[in-house]
Amino acid sequence: MLVEEIMTEDVITLPPTATIAQGLQLLQDYRIRHIPIVNEQHHVIGIVSDRDIRDASPSIFLENSNHEELQNEIQTIMSSPVISVHPLDFVEEIARVFHDKEIACLPVVQNYKLIGVVTEKDMLYTLIQLTGTNVQSSLIEVKVLDIPGMLPGVTAILGKRNVNIVSVLIYPYKDDPDYKILVFRIQTMNPTPVIQDLRNAGYQLLWPNNISEPKL
Amino acid sequence: MTRNATFVFSNDYLQYQFNQDHPFNQHRVLMTKELLESTAVLKDQDIIQPRLATDEELLLFHDYHYIEAVKKAGEGKLNKDEGLLYGLGTEDTPVFSNMHEAASLLVGGSLTAVDAVLYGDSDHALNLGGGLHHGFKRKASGFCIYNDAAIAIKYIRENYGLKVLYVDTDAHHGDGVQSAFYDDPNVCTFSIHETGRYLFPGTGEVNERGIKEGHGYTFNLPIDAFTQDESFVEVYESAFKNIAAYFKPDVILTQNGADAHCYDPLTHLCGTMEIYERIPALAHELAHIYCDGKWIALGGGGYDIWRVVPRAWAQIWNVMKVDQIATGDLPMAWLEKWQQKSPLPLPHHWHDSNDAFPVIPRKEEIKEKNKKNLQQMLKYSNRFTS
Repeated sequence: MLVEEIMTEDVITLPPTATIAQGLQLLQDYRIRHIPIVNEQHHVIGIVSDRDIRDASPSIFLENSNHEELQNEIQTIMSSPVISVHPLDFVEEIARVFHDKEIACLPVVQNYKLIGVVTEKDMLYTLIQLTGTNVQSSLIEVKVLDIPGMLPGVTAILGKRNVNIVSVLIYPYKDDPDYKILVFRIQTMNPTPVIQDLRNAGYQLLWPNNISEPKL
Repeated sequence: MTRNATFVFSNDYLQYQFNQDHPFNQHRVLMTKELLESTAVLKDQDIIQPRLATDEELLLFHDYHYIEAVKKAGEGKLNKDEGLLYGLGTEDTPVFSNMHEAASLLVGGSLTAVDAVLYGDSDHALNLGGGLHHGFKRKASGFCIYNDAAIAIKYIRENYGLKVLYVDTDAHHGDGVQSAFYDDPNVCTFSIHETGRYLFPGTGEVNERGIKEGHGYTFNLPIDAFTQDESFVEVYESAFKNIAAYFKPDVILTQNGADAHCYDPLTHLCGTMEIYERIPALAHELAHIYCDGKWIALGGGGYDIWRVVPRAWAQIWNVMKVDQIATGDLPMAWLEKWQQKSPLPLPHHWHDSNDAFPVIPRKEEIKEKNKKNLQQMLKYSNRFTS
């Protein structure tokens, strides 16, 4: 999945000479947390977070503050240089950037111009899509040896029962490198035939589907 | 005391049958009716025939193109790819002959029940053929074609303008009905169900609370797999009482899926008949407190059609008609007739004997989690009622 598929294209920006007050206003009006600062060529020269602006604002405990700090130019508080990504980067690559750099918003830049942003929230939404929990489905987890041929073995059984697979995830089994967990979300309210077929074929299902009838 | 209650039934409900092996089996309704007739709590004069829902009524919730697709499917004229767009022709909702008519009759049954209570002189009405809560505006899913519950509520809003509280005790989340009223503050939906982590449809999180004007009028109480009677009853009663006090409904409509029982093959909940005695009793009590008795009950899921559903559903009628649940032995005549057809030994009592259900190791943990979800669900509405 590419960055251009999940990015927001209507980006709220400010020029470097805008005031901090304008930045504060935009954060409130659009309920956003980051504002890229762009020059006349729409190149990203900095980024300002809600925390940067709050740090630059007078304390709410100060009485009679004249708020003149808010009239300073926003470029005085922006972070620079900015870490940016390309629209053709992979989503999993930028997840690593979010994690390693401990940031929450990445401008998307192509030919030096700002064309979008991706936020942590967009990443989490993408994760929801990838796990398939947004589609009506039942979940089955199968514990398999970490060797070739296990996934096709299971999907062949699903295929025979004509059930649509909404998502597949493969992850390590705890700390045991010899096993993997296959997680399937399948589009059916009645997974019992599939579960029975998997059991008959000797696959090990995880809780709660490892308990055969009667449930107890 | 005998109440004025109506039982909607037709043998044609059995026409809603996807195929021989499909878990959704309307023989449940017939078995329940016969069980009640053999105890003489259900009499001929209590029963009325369902009418067919009209296209206009189906359009109260469903999309025109979807209805046309269902009609074509039932005549064998819908091609496969087009069907799949509407969820028709899947393993869950296969195409069958005259499916439009069969599904419309279930909807008409729920409308008949509504009219018996709101137009006629019944306090309560029961349509066990209905409760198909997974049907969406333009999609069949989860064994449901037309969503009779959503249509019945739209119909109440349109024709009677009453505030409706919908209560869904099916083990699966009532997603179709929720979607129909997600932005509507005049219809409050409450669904208690097994968490969607493993079970279809996967939705029904506590934080699904409605949107726009409807925010705060959708309640979801997901409970853990292997939840037993004590915890179920505790959180369910507390939730229903709180929500009723907060919303103050004019009429209550319940969906009474009977698939949270230990024996049910499709879910992981572990109730016994105890919950199916308490569920209708509470609905009845609250309908009399808030709605002058106006209570419409529908069927729903329930896939152990032999050992669980007839007893569970019969208790709804017992509560409606004579204001008490049945106890003791099941009638011999009924047992003899249906034991011949049942692949499993039928239970002989209304209650389940406790020793049939061994101890669940994580019981206390499950109880605690369910309680936490209850508090989370009620955190905004509680201040209006306490």
